[in-house]
Amino acid sequence: MSRLKSWKEVPMAAVIEDAGNAETYETGGWRTFKPVLDKEKCIHCLTCWISCPDTAIVVKDEKMIGFNFKHCKGCGVCADVCPKKVTAITMEQEGK
Amino acid sequence: MGQQVAMTGNIAVANAMRQINPDVCAAYPITPSTEIMQQFSNFVADGDVKTVLVPAESEHSAMSACIGAAAAGGRVMTATSSQGMALMWEMLYIAAGNRLPIVLAMSNRALSAPLNIHGDTSDAMGARDSGWIQFFSENAQEAYDNLIQAIRIAEHMDVRLPAMVGMDGFIISHSIESMTLLDDQAVQDFIGDCITHMPLLDVDNPKTFGPLDLQDYYIEHKRQEYEAMKNAKGVIVEVAKEFTELSGREYGLFEAYALDDAEIAIVALNSAAGTIKTVIDELRSTGVRAGLLKPRVFRPFPAEEIAEALSHVKAVCVMDRADGVNGTGGPLFPEFRSALYDAPKRPLIINRIFGLGGRDLGLHHVRDVYGELQKIAGTGKIETLAGYITVRN
Amino acid sequence: MAITEVRWHARAGQGAVTAAKVLAEATMAQGAYVQAFPDYGPERMGAPLRAYNRISDAPLTMHCAVTNPSVVIIVDSSLLDTQDVTEGTPEDALFLVNTSYTPAKAAKKLGRSVDHVYTVDATQISIDCLGRPIPNTPLLGALARISGLVKLDVLLEDLAANLKKKFPEKIVKGNTESVERAYKEVKTK
Repeated sequence: MSRLKSWKEVPMAAVIEDAGNAETYETGGWRTFKPVLDKEKCIHCLTCWISCPDTAIVVKDEKMIGFNFKHCKGCGVCADVCPKKVTAITMEQEGK
Repeated sequence: MGQQVAMTGNIAVANAMRQINPDVCAAYPITPSTEIMQQFSNFVADGDVKTVLVPAESEHSAMSACIGAAAAGGRVMTATSSQGMALMWEMLYIAAGNRLPIVLAMSNRALSAPLNIHGDTSDAMGARDSGWIQFFSENAQEAYDNLIQAIRIAEHMDVRLPAMVGMDGFIISHSIESMTLLDDQAVQDFIGDCITHMPLLDVDNPKTFGPLDLQDYYIEHKRQEYEAMKNAKGVIVEVAKEFTELSGREYGLFEAYALDDAEIAIVALNSAAGTIKTVIDELRSTGVRAGLLKPRVFRPFPAEEIAEALSHVKAVCVMDRADGVNGTGGPLFPEFRSALYDAPKRPLIINRIFGLGGRDLGLHHVRDVYGELQKIAGTGKIETLAGYITVRN
Repeated sequence: MAITEVRWHARAGQGAVTAAKVLAEATMAQGAYVQAFPDYGPERMGAPLRAYNRISDAPLTMHCAVTNPSVVIIVDSSLLDTQDVTEGTPEDALFLVNTSYTPAKAAKKLGRSVDHVYTVDATQISIDCLGRPIPNTPLLGALARISGLVKLDVLLEDLAANLKKKFPEKIVKGNTESVERAYKEVKTK
């Protein structure tokens, strides 16, 4: 863990000088469950992409192609919103 | 230099704003400061300034818009009074915590209830712990001068705090008085270009303002704010010196009037100080060594300087045109009293709350206070520590 | 330091606040230090109103109410019956009343010596010169004659300069004429 800064070192007014630095903050280690994609079943409705709180759904050419596991916290929202008739995303326990 | 005019405090302040020519003004009208923005709106409509005027739907929104505009990197001003200041309260802390040098002109007015539109300093006192620099002005000239200096002080890189400049509602805001306006160009040269720090409109270097700050860092940022307020003391004096060169008028952290050899003294803000000076001149001509300490700033609170200025006095009355309703005196009283706690010699100190809701402070009231101070200085005894005057008993 | 304190009695909407302002500006133009302020309350057209001036040869620091004026100007003579216009005034205070009454009759109403009471029909003068009853401006002309607070030429110059900013020449001329007439027509015992 990095050393916490003193009051003389912190930026004025708590301004974050490198905006968008959440990208470098890896939350992938927080998962106990991870999403698994069944590419055969996916209809690319992208409901998971719009719902993911961590922008961890990877989309290429308007197709859902997988997950960004550096940031996915395993919350399961993607599996929850995946249409019931499709169920392309399911949750699996990590490290099993 | 400058132009001799007769104008109300509000119009003088509006003219200071015209000469400052801020980037953005967001405001909502409230008596007795309405006339400031009314006149300033005319300046905007006439093209005398390049300011973007934002007529907000409330004072809370007005201050919010000021915060956004200041974070974007603009020079930002507004004006308010009383309930308007109260409605801004939440946002005042955000302006200060975000270290945004917004400058607010304030025609000080009592707070409801009962409903009252007249002058007292209750509105400013409600904001005394918000992290804003607080100026108080005896007359229209001082309100004008303080507002111009406040721009420099608030934007100074060692300070970066918002500042409010008060004057008594109606007594000053609506009274026409002789005063001098500086030349437009002289004001522009004095304030210089707006000094920005990490402006949001610097789109090549995006920033995040107002993030969450928990147990790990909140106190560090508050400690920085404390340091900035301490720095403000020096900057206020420094800017005042430069202003004297420009205007010939002298300013400091407070005004000491006939205080050097005073045996008895009054402490009072705003227009009351002027009335007190008239009585001092009268008393001095009869040999009574009466003096006055008129704070120009209440935030930062110059405790050491006050202790030095007052410690030789035998008896002091701190006069408050606001009541903290704590049962033991107005808001200035405990701060002045504690400032003197460590002084090697300290005066006997009493508190008198006066003039709430614009009740007149007459010359005879001031004479009575000095009379009581003479008695205290003579006997060494205080009969009533804190109490009301100018009230029907 | 010599300070003259003036009190104006009028009804809201009769221009007493403006008159106090013009008096302040004109006396300032003569080198005096000035203040002009009304008693503000709920603003209701027709309600009795007081406004004040302080005129001094040295800077003014006091900001208390004017309680003992030495000059009292009554813009609306109906106030003589409803307001205590002599309140706090010394015996030799000067009274200027806008009325068609003689000074003797006005003095009787005031309960003061006719030596210090002056009258002028400022309402009629303003109707003649401006077509409207705005008595405040001619009263300033009468004040210039009886008090020595302000010189007629300074008053006329200041008034014209101020009005020119907002009004056409005709109105400016009507105002200055009304001042000159009141200066001539003000009645003493």
